[in-house]
Amino acid sequence: MTPFFVITGIVTLLGAAFAMSLRNLVHCALAMAVAFSGIAALYLQLDAQFVGFAEILVYVGAIAILIVFAILLTRSGEAPEKSVLTSGWMAGIAVSAMVFTILGWAVLNTSAIPKEVPPAPLATVKHVGDALMTKFVLPLEIIGLVLTAAMIGAVIIALKEESKNGNSGRKS
Amino acid sequence: MTALQGCLLISALLFAIGFAGAVTRRHAILVLIGIELMLNAANLNLIAFWRFGPHPEALTGFIFVLFSMALAGAEAAVGLALVIAIYRHRKTSNLDEVKELQG
Repeated sequence: MTPFFVITGIVTLLGAAFAMSLRNLVHCALAMAVAFSGIAALYLQLDAQFVGFAEILVYVGAIAILIVFAILLTRSGEAPEKSVLTSGWMAGIAVSAMVFTILGWAVLNTSAIPKEVPPAPLATVKHVGDALMTKFVLPLEIIGLVLTAAMIGAVIIALKEESKNGNSGRKS
Repeated sequence: MTALQGCLLISALLFAIGFAGAVTRRHAILVLIGIELMLNAANLNLIAFWRFGPHPEALTGFIFVLFSMALAGAEAAVGLALVIAIYRHRKTSNLDEVKELQG
């Protein structure tokens, strides 16, 4: 537990907390990008360089942009006047506090944690590529299929549907 | 406290924050952000156990995180497409107003 690790963790958690509590949705998306960058820094400190950079590419690059586009398309960029919380928000907070209490208690009181830290494993791009192309080639292909299906499905869901009597869609 | 316990505590808190946000916020996009945070907490757990576990050279946890990130990308794309479709039909993205299926 180096001090840098602790600082990165605190920045990540602050970003996540702001992403979930700010009123303006654009600010929430920016705070989410901060949280994801912090997680990428944590990955780098855990000797998982490839996953760290993939996290930046996928989450900070693609998903944050996708969420900003969705905010733009649903015209919800300005803060709402009404309450941003659901009616049963106190129960939700209580349940999540309970979840954290139980998980934290289990983590702090377990005896299954190995005491000695193993040496840093070798996970260069070459090793990862070798593993992906030999041992994990079937899951890789299946993930490719799932991604293709999900992308086609997302496009079809978000398409402007044609109306029944042949007019080309609704005016919006 | 060992480094593994630190990672697990950070990821437990991240999961709790994401869960609280996904359950309490009304806007559909914020619910999706909460789900993404929970997924990232799980990924952080996997990487921590891969790093401090007995056989890191097998790369299992590492590859698992790569696949789970691909699935998270697919989930985000489909979820945001659903949000946009609901907005086009109902002119709202407030989850409290979309409740026809509620019993």
